[in-house]
Amino acid sequence: MTECILRMRQITKRFGEVIANSEVNLDVEKGEAHALLGENGAGKSTLMNCLYGMYDSYEGEIYFDGKLERVSDPKRAIALGIGMVHQHFMLIPVLTVVENVVLGLKDNKELLDLRGAADKFERLGKKYNMVIDPWARVETLSVGQQQRVEILKALYRDARLLILDEPTAVLTPGEIEGLFEMIAALKNEGRTVIFISHKLNEIMRVCDRCTVLRQGRVEATVRVDEVRDREHLAALMVGREVELQTVKAPCQPGEERLVVEHLAALNDLGLPAVRDMSFAIRGGEILGICGVDGNGQSEMVQCLTGLRRTTGGRILIGGKDATGYSVRQILREGLSHIPEDRHKFGMIGAMNIEENFILVSYREELYSRRGLLNWRWIGKHSASLVDSYNVKTPTAKEEAKNLSGGNQQKMVVARELDRGPKLLIAVHPSRGLDIGATKYIQSQIIKQRDNGAAVMMVSTELDELMELSDRILVMYEGENMGVLTQGEATREKLGALMAGIRARPGA
Amino acid sequence: MGINVKKGLRSVGFPLLSILVALFLGGIILALMGYDVGAAYASQFKGAFGDANAIGETMVQMVPLIFCALSYAVAYRCGLINLGAEGQLYIGAILGALVGARVQGLPPAAHILLCLVAGFVGGGLMGCLVGALKTRFGASELITTIMLNYIAMEFVAWCVNNVPFKDLTPGAAPRMPAVLASARLPIILPGTRLHLGIVLAVVGIAGYYFFMWRTTRGYEMRVIGMNQNAGRYSGMNIRANSVLAMTIAGGYAGLAGVTQIIGLQFFLTEGFSNNFGFSGIAVALLGSCHPVGIGVSAILFGALNAGGNKMQLLASVPAASIYMIQGMIILFAISRELFLWFGKGGGRVLALARRPAKDGGGA
Repeated sequence: MTECILRMRQITKRFGEVIANSEVNLDVEKGEAHALLGENGAGKSTLMNCLYGMYDSYEGEIYFDGKLERVSDPKRAIALGIGMVHQHFMLIPVLTVVENVVLGLKDNKELLDLRGAADKFERLGKKYNMVIDPWARVETLSVGQQQRVEILKALYRDARLLILDEPTAVLTPGEIEGLFEMIAALKNEGRTVIFISHKLNEIMRVCDRCTVLRQGRVEATVRVDEVRDREHLAALMVGREVELQTVKAPCQPGEERLVVEHLAALNDLGLPAVRDMSFAIRGGEILGICGVDGNGQSEMVQCLTGLRRTTGGRILIGGKDATGYSVRQILREGLSHIPEDRHKFGMIGAMNIEENFILVSYREELYSRRGLLNWRWIGKHSASLVDSYNVKTPTAKEEAKNLSGGNQQKMVVARELDRGPKLLIAVHPSRGLDIGATKYIQSQIIKQRDNGAAVMMVSTELDELMELSDRILVMYEGENMGVLTQGEATREKLGALMAGIRARPGA
Repeated sequence: MGINVKKGLRSVGFPLLSILVALFLGGIILALMGYDVGAAYASQFKGAFGDANAIGETMVQMVPLIFCALSYAVAYRCGLINLGAEGQLYIGAILGALVGARVQGLPPAAHILLCLVAGFVGGGLMGCLVGALKTRFGASELITTIMLNYIAMEFVAWCVNNVPFKDLTPGAAPRMPAVLASARLPIILPGTRLHLGIVLAVVGIAGYYFFMWRTTRGYEMRVIGMNQNAGRYSGMNIRANSVLAMTIAGGYAGLAGVTQIIGLQFFLTEGFSNNFGFSGIAVALLGSCHPVGIGVSAILFGALNAGGNKMQLLASVPAASIYMIQGMIILFAISRELFLWFGKGGGRVLALARRPAKDGGGA
């Protein structure tokens, strides 16, 4: 048997009453790429954060290089040769790349030798074919480049075990290829990679072995090349055989529910973000909004939901001119909004699930009467929502911040869909969710469509858009590049439009 | 139900620790200053809980402390910091004192009620002004509340010295006229100064709980206080809620002022408040702005205030040392992070810092 660089034994980690990891055993061999596969809330990140010393207590034992180690803080982990690239990068945007790299290094002198560090950093980048200007300010880099900085930073500290927490979630297809090449190169050098993901095809491509976590426990550890098929891994992950293809009845469009005419809006910097957008969505149809992040999708959604002022054009909801409506007025027209950033807009972490469930509907009948909240009914209703939307929590009195990301999203989706919307605006409804939760939320969105709701779905995931949308509108620099039907849309066509290349007439 | 009483009680554990530590350190300082610590604390305790009269005094002190703590708490729940309870208290007291002295011929119940309303309105107007300045012009309430404190105090000074507000009784000290007998709160514990205000204060706590956790308006305020964006997203009116929260906060502080006038002092004089507006912040902080927490920490601060005088009398320890202990309680209570730090990694970090820069911890 090959040598194990890492052995984790009987790791248990609790947050309040939530058990995130329960008696987890994990063996990682030297020089392998080891995948941690699991649904959101399965405990993948928690397990790795224990290893990286992010929590000050855990139960169980961690052996690194055969020695029992108590990894009490990241400094210790780094000293051991463990590097971690988190989902949310830990870089300081206003500093240069090289400043970020030397930040917190033990051998920093009174005077920083930035030039030397920059040289070393550049050599490292060349070696792995990931050249980054060490003198660039981090905030000027793309997300993909920032991730490379994080990886190179860990290698600069000579990490022998590199943990990548859902690294591909933020990358473009091209960048993902680059990352996979880098992982291969690291393996060749004898370094070890732990790859956290819930994307099966990526794991099948780059990993040697895969440990499946479910509900905080290890379900199985398998050699990737011995896996029968994707369905088998997915079944291990969610505990049942899953349908990977979404079933959708044919679209039966009704009346135009949302009409947007020549809409224009500015972004927070006062620059034009939405230009001359016109489109319509009918009841019973899903319009996908496709585009690279930051091409005016957020601003447009904010206009449609009353959160941003428009600078031109008209918005009609159900035939009524709703331009300039307040959020409350638009909600009254039957809008449900699954927001882009649930932490910022969609939930209150310090409130419990019940209090989060009533966020949009608290003024309505049953929820309250004459300004008094009906907690008795809310409690009962919340319990049934938790149940029917599979929100994993001990009770509906649990604070929302104690839920895993996926379960928080389910909570938000449950709240919004429970309103029985006439118009549903869903922004990245399944971003960061595992297969089980994604499929579930997608099927719920389709159900709303079949009930006659007009659905606008903003996403950056082409697969999701092509699978769910009846029509797809591509946005580029705030403009409507064209609308394709589900039948017409191909990755190539969408990709060209996303890059701002208009289809030639007749092509 | 929207609030967790068990959690409220559990959160008392930590403040208790800060109180004990503060009393301990305060004892050391008193000992260093040459006082008899045992006697000091014994007389302190006697003055706060020793007999019916002492308990009555403690509760008398609790009345304005609770109202001012509620003032801070209401604003805090809506994401605002109200440092202006002191000023709001004075303006409430002025209005209450005017109604108490000038409105004649009412039966006591009606007169008292009218005074309370006047006090609430007086403080509420001050709070409303702060809210308006914030939502209209973006003026930080931290600054406006502090500044308005000075204005309110100067206004009190003018009122007690000038026509038409000053007491014209020959030979009277600078003060406003006495409130009529019909406006005075009844004594509820015979032989002490304990007046109906303590009951009103408890009702005030219940009202705070009911409003914040049972009404849609209170829910809006709490949402806005914790995540303003979520409030915007769900169509709440941030400005209206901010103004209303500051108004209610001011109103509570106004009640502190008016109950002090019609329950205890009967005359409005300059500086009658004994810093209740600021101690109230401490009470709210120590009680984590939780209804039960505020009640419990008001008992503590009331006891410290009431016992301080006895301590001065019996053990000749200056009553001012009570402020020292109060100050330390707050310091420890709000620096709970410090305790956590010491408890967990602090010692090790300190040890690391003391070691030479080059640390041989590598693999």
